[in-house]
Amino acid sequence: MRLAVIGAGAVGSSVVELAADHGHSVTAFADSSSAVIDSTGIDTAEALDRKRADGVVGSDAPEAALSAEYDVLVEATPTTLGDAEPGFGHVQAALERDRHAVLANKGPVAERYADVRALERESEGSVLFEATVGGAMPVLSTINDFDPTHITAVRGVLNGTANFILSRMATEGLDYEHVLAEAQDLGVAEADPTFDVDGTDAALKGVIIANVLSDDETEYTLDDAAVEGIQDISGSALELARADGRTVRLVAEVVEGSVRVGPRLVPDNAPLAVSGTRNIAQLETEHAGQLNISGRGAGGPETASAVLADIGRL
Amino acid sequence: MSDSTDEVRSYTVRLELVDEPGELLRALEPIANNGGNLLSIFHERGNVTPRGHIPVEVDLEATPERFDGIVDALRDAGINVIQAGAEQYSEALTIILTGHLVNTDLSDTLSRIHESTDATVTDLSLSAPEGTDDASSARIRLATEEGAVNETMSAIRAVADEKELQVIEPLAAGGEA
Repeated sequence: MRLAVIGAGAVGSSVVELAADHGHSVTAFADSSSAVIDSTGIDTAEALDRKRADGVVGSDAPEAALSAEYDVLVEATPTTLGDAEPGFGHVQAALERDRHAVLANKGPVAERYADVRALERESEGSVLFEATVGGAMPVLSTINDFDPTHITAVRGVLNGTANFILSRMATEGLDYEHVLAEAQDLGVAEADPTFDVDGTDAALKGVIIANVLSDDETEYTLDDAAVEGIQDISGSALELARADGRTVRLVAEVVEGSVRVGPRLVPDNAPLAVSGTRNIAQLETEHAGQLNISGRGAGGPETASAVLADIGRL
Repeated sequence: MSDSTDEVRSYTVRLELVDEPGELLRALEPIANNGGNLLSIFHERGNVTPRGHIPVEVDLEATPERFDGIVDALRDAGINVIQAGAEQYSEALTIILTGHLVNTDLSDTLSRIHESTDATVTDLSLSAPEGTDDASSARIRLATEEGAVNETMSAIRAVADEKELQVIEPLAAGGEA
């Protein structure tokens, strides 16, 4: 397949780096200010070097990548809320040209799911977005394999930053501010960790799961989710939980059309009590009991492998 | 399930006590003396009935036969038995409340939870490392009727919202495994 990769952050760059290994060529690669385009395949190493050295991937205008020759557009720009632009526009551009779109960007499928689906119906192209929930973990494809109508609930620890902070607070008896600073030093938390710790990121993933589960019947957006974060969790709460054989995890829960994210008490030995930056999704199936999928929920190469898995499914 | 009279069940007895020293002990004796196993006692001191009595809710375990004997013995001892239902308190629920628990009157919070639900507080642990003026946390275990967990949780959320406390809820029964 010929790929046009839009977005040159950790995920986009990893897709470009790993594409050849999966038998694909990259014919266009763009960041927010530049693009490199070659219908016979760009020199990926050169583009990545240039991004590292000069902060740009090439000398073309970024919009040119959208009209380049490609089979699959990989949308890996940062997630935005509301109208989900420019990610949505990129997906639209691909579908209107009857190309496929594979997303790592949560915005379009969390905030404008019905619009994306409507565009897909009019197009020869398909939209896949495995990478938007749980990084390397095959959460959405497992839901699709089971058939969404046979999944009654999904619960998950879907934000590594929040989970790292809660894990450290519980095991080291440290307070929130202290652990957050440590997570930032380690690169686990962003300089602005708001979306991770206030539950927004986990909620977007919950909303995407709800959209997939509802099978196009109802459209969910962030406004439909009840969201609570972990900023106000105190060390004493974690201590009380621990004394009772439990721990606190930021859990995203999708049950019967409701999406809820908040700190929850989980037994220490429960599958949902994953530690550190690991993620887990627990599917409640109608006929097969509980199914746990855990793994690395974030990271460039991890998320890129989910993007490449989607491309393999097309 | 068999209907064997040997089967120990959970019961709740609601009593009204006169506000005098020794009354609570006097009410508990007939229970212990007649083979009842006390599970919890909820003593609503701040909540006096119109007749000036103090409501007390006692959870206990006994066989149905012994339970009848307990109720009779309580009445014989002149204890006002308001309700002696064979309600089965089968679901245990643990939550953690965080925030200005002490400043917002923890005892009132518990009473409110108790009033607005069928749940009974069976255990309470408070942790206030910064002293009572600062934020603290409480782990509360409740016993609630089968199937009433959602109702109980929404009542707790309402009280917590009003007092600006954060509730850390358990996962639904299905999610605990």
